[in-house]
Amino acid sequence: MSAINRGKFILVALAFGTAALLPFFDTGYWLSLGVSLAMYAVLATSWTLFSGPTHYISLATAAFFGTGMYVVGGGVDLLPYPALVLIAALTGAVLATLVGLTTMRISGVYFVIFTLGLAELIRQVVTWVQTTFTSSSGLYVLTDITESMIYWELMSLLALVYLAGWMINHSRLGLALRVIGNDETVAAHIGINTAKAKVMLFIISGTVASVCGALLAPRWVYVEPTIAFSPMISFQVVIMALLGGVHRLWGPLCGVIPFTLLWEVIAAQFPNQTTLLLGASFLLIVYFIPNGIAGLLENFPKQLQSKNGG
Amino acid sequence: MVLNVDGMTKSFGGIRAVDALSFELVPGEILGLIGPNGSGKTTVINVLSGALKANAGRIQLLNRDIGQLSTHEIARCGLARTFQIVRILPAMTVLENVAVGGVFGHGRYWGAALDRRAKDLLQRLGVRHGADTPATALTYIDQKRVELARALISDPKVLLLDEWLAGLNPVELGIGISLIRDLRAEGRAIIIVEHVMDAIRSLCDRCVVMNGGQKIAEGTPGTVLADRAVISAYLGDEYGDA
Repeated sequence: MSAINRGKFILVALAFGTAALLPFFDTGYWLSLGVSLAMYAVLATSWTLFSGPTHYISLATAAFFGTGMYVVGGGVDLLPYPALVLIAALTGAVLATLVGLTTMRISGVYFVIFTLGLAELIRQVVTWVQTTFTSSSGLYVLTDITESMIYWELMSLLALVYLAGWMINHSRLGLALRVIGNDETVAAHIGINTAKAKVMLFIISGTVASVCGALLAPRWVYVEPTIAFSPMISFQVVIMALLGGVHRLWGPLCGVIPFTLLWEVIAAQFPNQTTLLLGASFLLIVYFIPNGIAGLLENFPKQLQSKNGG
Repeated sequence: MVLNVDGMTKSFGGIRAVDALSFELVPGEILGLIGPNGSGKTTVINVLSGALKANAGRIQLLNRDIGQLSTHEIARCGLARTFQIVRILPAMTVLENVAVGGVFGHGRYWGAALDRRAKDLLQRLGVRHGADTPATALTYIDQKRVELARALISDPKVLLLDEWLAGLNPVELGIGISLIRDLRAEGRAIIIVEHVMDAIRSLCDRCVVMNGGQKIAEGTPGTVLADRAVISAYLGDEYGDA
């Protein structure tokens, strides 16, 4: 590891350490906001691991997130919680493998629609199973896990995602994905097994989303298909990632923080117009900052230079 | 024999783009695949590289059947190509564009060895721009050179050049021709699809002439270019009969 990388690594570790202190200062509103931030940071960053380099826009986040949540919801009275998180990870990985193998030959808008439909399909199946075989429409997740613990779990997961992302970006797999995003025909012609590379990243991304859902289930206490598999989660993750920028590992975080804060305000002030405002913000972001906030931040020094130089 | 094509047939709907084509290629040989526009040359290249699957026939690369392999598997067997319309990776630098060719394919390199190979090839092909320049900033000719470097870095045994010499000025053409000769001297087998007749005459050991998907002539450039069927395919019957 070079000196610059070691410096970056220490800085990131310090930032994580500082952020992890949050529960010692507040266990009310700010911690709750911190959990939301950590959750979306995990989801948006892991989404970007796959969708960033390949440009395949996946709307399946909710499918994996909800699956993880339901694994915990369904097994909370039967198995210890850590085992459930592990099962959620495995279930997410298996689901991602199946979906990946069937969808990686389709691209563009067909892939987007398929992933959106997948979340909806699973939601309908879960609803049907619940209404047919049980009396309730949801599941209670009653544990003694505190919000502070959930926050720390999510921060640990986020650290893992960053570590995995850093390792992928410096590996042959990461390079393969960048080539695929540039030109899939060329990728195949220089010996890249494009389907395998895409499926592998889709599995990583889906597994993380599934674990994230499992970690959040105790916080929601009551899980229902409509909220666990809500397409809103998928859309928000895409918007945050695009707002932040998908060309850098730290890009999505630049979108998660402002968007989550903005969302707090919007949801409180305009509870009936949230979908409308979500759509409008999506259009504005794609139109005005196509490279995201990370792109702006990176270009800012260059623009300054050219102004001073020219 | 490095490549053996036997009865290759490829149809698009009712159109037979390639019709029972057979030819062979030995190491250190340059084979010209020529014929009028629409005669099926690029389709042959696409079938060989695995971009398209043949409907019938047998293709052997280094005594291995590759007809049913996918594109990346064929690349790993030692076949590399350039594209008729140059395909550069737009979001990558010049050096990256070359280096990626040597990571996943036939010859595999990484780290410093990969960088060194990529830089050597850029120098050899005469790309003078900084390796960190975005590839999109290059001229068309330099992009073609980068594309060839990307194919060469994996040390392919068979190289397919689809109109790689098209659009070069006379000086560049001379350099391009001597470069392809050097590649042959290294023992590579090369198939060139070309319309530049000077290049075909001075480079090719043998030519396969196609028309309407079929092979209408095969032999040295001098022989086939004087062939009556070839002349009428290019210029119309009145010239061929004369």
